Amino acid sequence: MKANPTAAARWVASALAVALFPLPARAHLISTGLGPVYDGIAHFALTLEDLLPAFALALLAGLRGKDHARHVVIALPLAWFLGGGLGMFFTAHPPIVPGWLPLLALGILVASDLALPRTATTTIAIVFGTLLGFENGISMAQTGTGGRGVLGASVAVFVLTTLVAACVAAWRTGWLRIAWRVAGSWIAAGGLLLLGWSLR
Amino acid sequence: MRFGRPIGHFVVLAMAIAAFATPSFAHIQRGEGGGFLTGFLHPISGLDHVLAMVAVGLWGAQLGAPAIWALPVTFPLVMAFGGFLGLLGVPLPGTEIGIAASAIALGAMVMLERRPPIYIAAALVGFFAIFHGYAHGTELPPGESGLLYSLGFVVATGCLHAIGIAIGTIHRWTAGRVALRIAGAGVGLAGLAFLWRAVT
Repeated sequence: MKANPTAAARWVASALAVALFPLPARAHLISTGLGPVYDGIAHFALTLEDLLPAFALALLAGLRGKDHARHVVIALPLAWFLGGGLGMFFTAHPPIVPGWLPLLALGILVASDLALPRTATTTIAIVFGTLLGFENGISMAQTGTGGRGVLGASVAVFVLTTLVAACVAAWRTGWLRIAWRVAGSWIAAGGLLLLGWSLR
Repeated sequence: MRFGRPIGHFVVLAMAIAAFATPSFAHIQRGEGGGFLTGFLHPISGLDHVLAMVAVGLWGAQLGAPAIWALPVTFPLVMAFGGFLGLLGVPLPGTEIGIAASAIALGAMVMLERRPPIYIAAALVGFFAIFHGYAHGTELPPGESGLLYSLGFVVATGCLHAIGIAIGTIHRWTAGRVALRIAGAGVGLAGLAFLWRAVT
């Protein structure tokens, strides 16, 4: 077989050109292969910008006691789900919540251990739940995960906040209270640094 | 062989793409764990940082409540503020000298078992936290998650404080108090060595 070196060189050159300048796709959702509900759960579990605010809200509610915790574990996932449903209709909407804001705000609230009334705790949960769910809904609609993805993420929010808030509400005296507050301080520090990265 | 040449070209093309392909980032979060690990290792890879952070914990243990819990809650936030300044490009001259001075000052406080009012202790520790945060905050390797890197170094710093506090519990015994003061002297001497290295 007599090869044509010029044609082969063209192929190699074109292949190298294709390989050296790829544009990596950066879809923001996780594909588990198990369906959209699990994709939504995995998305929440692996997205720190969603996971940490929910964790901080659970800390905040747990530190204030069982009464606050009971309201937040219902209000937050519900708001997340409704916000997500709303977000699915605004697929071209730019992000409305910078990633640093919930981390910094909620982290400071946890670290300072402010004695908020129950209405305030619940309102904060509804506001952040709606906003973060809205962002989830936009990205899930864009990638075709849809409402079942939003449902999966909301269920994951419910499970996480229930477990964390229950633990914190049960163990919130002495050293453990300090440990929860230190966790809030770490979250706030992460938020402040994320603001720095975004302004850099 | 009629189709030999085109097949050969396709094989060359496929091999070139396979050899040089940049992995697609769709559905996979790459560099995330690496970002956390890099951030986590950053404070513990430098002896100057390690000694100063452990000294904060030792001093907190000596001071007792409320300093023992106020310092670990406030330090990460002030340190993050230092990192924030660094990310914004605000110049902070003499960062390495400030870090070395923190080891000297905190070591001296532990050695002399000084018990200033809480606001003075917090101001002193906060002042030095800015230098430490500044040094950490500006050194994110390219391609890694800023949030995870930030969380990594905040968590590592918190762990170093916890180690200092745990060691500081020997303060309840007479021999332990002496040992702590000797440890403080050691940190101060190491700080002098760091200062010498920073100015020469």
